[in-house]
Amino acid sequence: MSNIPAELRYTKSHEWVRKNDDGTLTIGISDHAQELLGDLVFVDPPEVGTTFGEGDDCAVVESVKAASDVYCPIAGEVTAINEDLADAPETINADPYGDGWIFTIKPEDDDAFMELMDADAYGEMVAEEDH
Amino acid sequence: MGLHTPLYDAHIEQGGKMVDFGGWDMPINYGSQIEEHHQVRRDAGMFDVSHMTIVDLTGERVKDFLRKLLANNVDRLKESGKALYSCMLNEQGGVIDDLIVYYMHDSWFRMVVNAATREKDLAWINKQAGAFDVNVNVRDDLAMIAAQGPHARDKVHQVLGAEAKALDGIGIFFMRETGQLAVARTGYTGEDGYEIMIPAAEAKSYWDKFLHAGIKPCGLGARDTLRLEAGMNLYGTDMDESTSPLESGLGWTIGWEPAERDFIGRKALEAQKAAGQNKKLVGLLLEGKGVLRNHQKVVIDGLGEGEITSGSFSPTLGKAIAFARVPGEASDHCQVDMRGKLMAAKIVKPPFVRQGKACV
Repeated sequence: MSNIPAELRYTKSHEWVRKNDDGTLTIGISDHAQELLGDLVFVDPPEVGTTFGEGDDCAVVESVKAASDVYCPIAGEVTAINEDLADAPETINADPYGDGWIFTIKPEDDDAFMELMDADAYGEMVAEEDH
Repeated sequence: MGLHTPLYDAHIEQGGKMVDFGGWDMPINYGSQIEEHHQVRRDAGMFDVSHMTIVDLTGERVKDFLRKLLANNVDRLKESGKALYSCMLNEQGGVIDDLIVYYMHDSWFRMVVNAATREKDLAWINKQAGAFDVNVNVRDDLAMIAAQGPHARDKVHQVLGAEAKALDGIGIFFMRETGQLAVARTGYTGEDGYEIMIPAAEAKSYWDKFLHAGIKPCGLGARDTLRLEAGMNLYGTDMDESTSPLESGLGWTIGWEPAERDFIGRKALEAQKAAGQNKKLVGLLLEGKGVLRNHQKVVIDGLGEGEITSGSFSPTLGKAIAFARVPGEASDHCQVDMRGKLMAAKIVKPPFVRQGKACV
């Protein structure tokens, strides 16, 4: 069973979102997603300062097995990217919710976060996918 | 549910992530495919290859039969136990399968063919065998473990104890029998090692002993990146019945001499050779970031297009590598259509890695 932290929000496309104290959102891919992809070997992050709409593809993660788009969960502007992933993409496998974060955004709408799936809803979705 | 090898329970015990492979439930990895890859390049790993089909061919005219059946020439096999890699072709020169054939003695050869091609291979072999009174005996009573890596043979010898004596001085691409085992110094990784045929009932016991000796289980994922780095083709991906060995980087496996040996597919290959080969299989090394994937389009300036047949990430080189079928005149540089962007790649001659060392 994959790890789904209760304090995070999730998307159907397996991104997780953390709300930071300064109002920005940190985004990565879920434990379930990294497990499906297997060993990650490249991360193509978005550029800081770029604005994305909700659901826009904004990054690519590639494993030995497959390439997968990362979609921006909420409209906003990219404020930071995880530079360490360039040399150590496997950090996403080892610590998907911690050091394996991919980028942060400043959301256009502060309330959009609460409209994403909570851990229970995401857990149910993953359980159904497995059947 | 798919077919299970005698080592299925061992895979589950060791946390193997099981996937369907040609109808068999096989481990793709036991955690990390990349760690398993490095384990084989740097130390010793083992693969369950029991799904592959072992066939014993016996009879007075078995050699004549194989001279006809195989594109490579079994007359090259002079010493007992010696192995030969060959394609088995159809009349059009297309590859029905690739295989290893071992010469045991003049009336006994052993062949190992792929798992996914089992039924069509056996049908083809049986169809040709009739005219030569050759007996075709499928050895489903045998399991097979491939122990590969720079330290694999030492560790296998430790496990075998006194039975390892029979393996003293065994040459590369030779098989020897010891006790209940047939041990061949062959593999599909570009490293030294053994492929060991074991009575099915004993397979789990040997697997556990190898594990205890430090030979770590590795899945089909690592097997694929290891063979790609080693420049070895995968049947069904890099070649099939619609492609000839000449178009598949396997020209070296065709036994042209003697000219009177009339193997199946010979006429078609000769015609292709005379007409000039318009396609070839090459290695690609991606210059930038990203991973090359099967079926990506390859663009060669002025010559046209080709296609990646096997693409992946090379854990040893830290770069993407591939085999691609391209126009015959292609050389040096090309571009690969990766998710709509043309990315530069170098055309190289495989292997990419041998015995742990980069070759490109």
